[in-house]
Amino acid sequence: MTKSILGRKVGMTQIFSDNGELVPVTVIQAEPNVVLQKKTTENDGYDSIQLGFADQKANRVKKPETGHAKKANTTPKRYVREVRNVNTDDYELGQEVKVDLFAEGDAIDVTGTSKGKGFQGTIKRFNHSRGPETHGSRYHRRPGTLGDINSMHVFKGKDLPGQMGGNQVTIQNLEVVKVDAERNLLLVKGNVPGAKKSYVQVQSAVKAN
Amino acid sequence: MQELLHEITKDQLRTDHPTFRAGDTLKVHVKVVEGTRERIQVFEGVVIKRQNGGISETFTVRKVSYGVGVERTFPLHSPRVAKIERTRRGKVRQAKLYYLRNLRGKAARIKEII
Repeated sequence: MTKSILGRKVGMTQIFSDNGELVPVTVIQAEPNVVLQKKTTENDGYDSIQLGFADQKANRVKKPETGHAKKANTTPKRYVREVRNVNTDDYELGQEVKVDLFAEGDAIDVTGTSKGKGFQGTIKRFNHSRGPETHGSRYHRRPGTLGDINSMHVFKGKDLPGQMGGNQVTIQNLEVVKVDAERNLLLVKGNVPGAKKSYVQVQSAVKAN
Repeated sequence: MQELLHEITKDQLRTDHPTFRAGDTLKVHVKVVEGTRERIQVFEGVVIKRQNGGISETFTVRKVSYGVGVERTFPLHSPRVAKIERTRRGKVRQAKLYYLRNLRGKAARIKEII
């Protein structure tokens, strides 16, 4: 069964583990989430729960959202995500989901939106190598050949300059170092996609050993 | 948000170390784990820098061992640093004493503050 919670990336710091090792951690703040909706096989064709996190500003709320949240007896949420592969009987409409769902040592996957890098060339975007800068090379940071002349077209998926970052990124198999139920914090070993204050979804790891 | 990060690490910060700065001579007692046994090793030398702040603060100690310069960097708040003793206060004008690396013998001495 998948466990999941929505949160906000606070930033990174370090903590010392019990044996004195310095562990780099990302702090994720996850105030209690609310179960906004339960989807069932009979009604929706699959089982899932919908979690909501962080209140939406009143002037940005649309009427249907208010109605949707009212069913769960809460206010409209800004960050809403669905979690599949859960036992829906364990959850009730309007129930709070807290960080104590996870325990120390759990393997998790964290999904977020990566930092936008703008329009970038192939060297930064795809780790191409560059040409020589001097000795009359006149070929510095270009993407190289676009392909075979006889094919008469550029193949799909060819590495070319374009928008980099701002995608949905999942980092798999991160370790939960500490759970602070009092302050609603999760300390995760390593880094997590996105900027500070950005929203992330924490799920139990798909490929956990 | 930044305050929250400080709060998380606050209880791991150590306050039992003496105050020291670059130029001072320290005896650093380091816990060394060998298999299951744990013993304490002393590293004595001159502090050449202190870096960063909060939980990430580190300091670097330099000594000359059998004619070879040895520098070791310790996290200030690490539980593996058992004890720090300040044996000598040095009079220096810089916060980072990288110039010591190019000096040997008599030239590498630091005046003591008494």
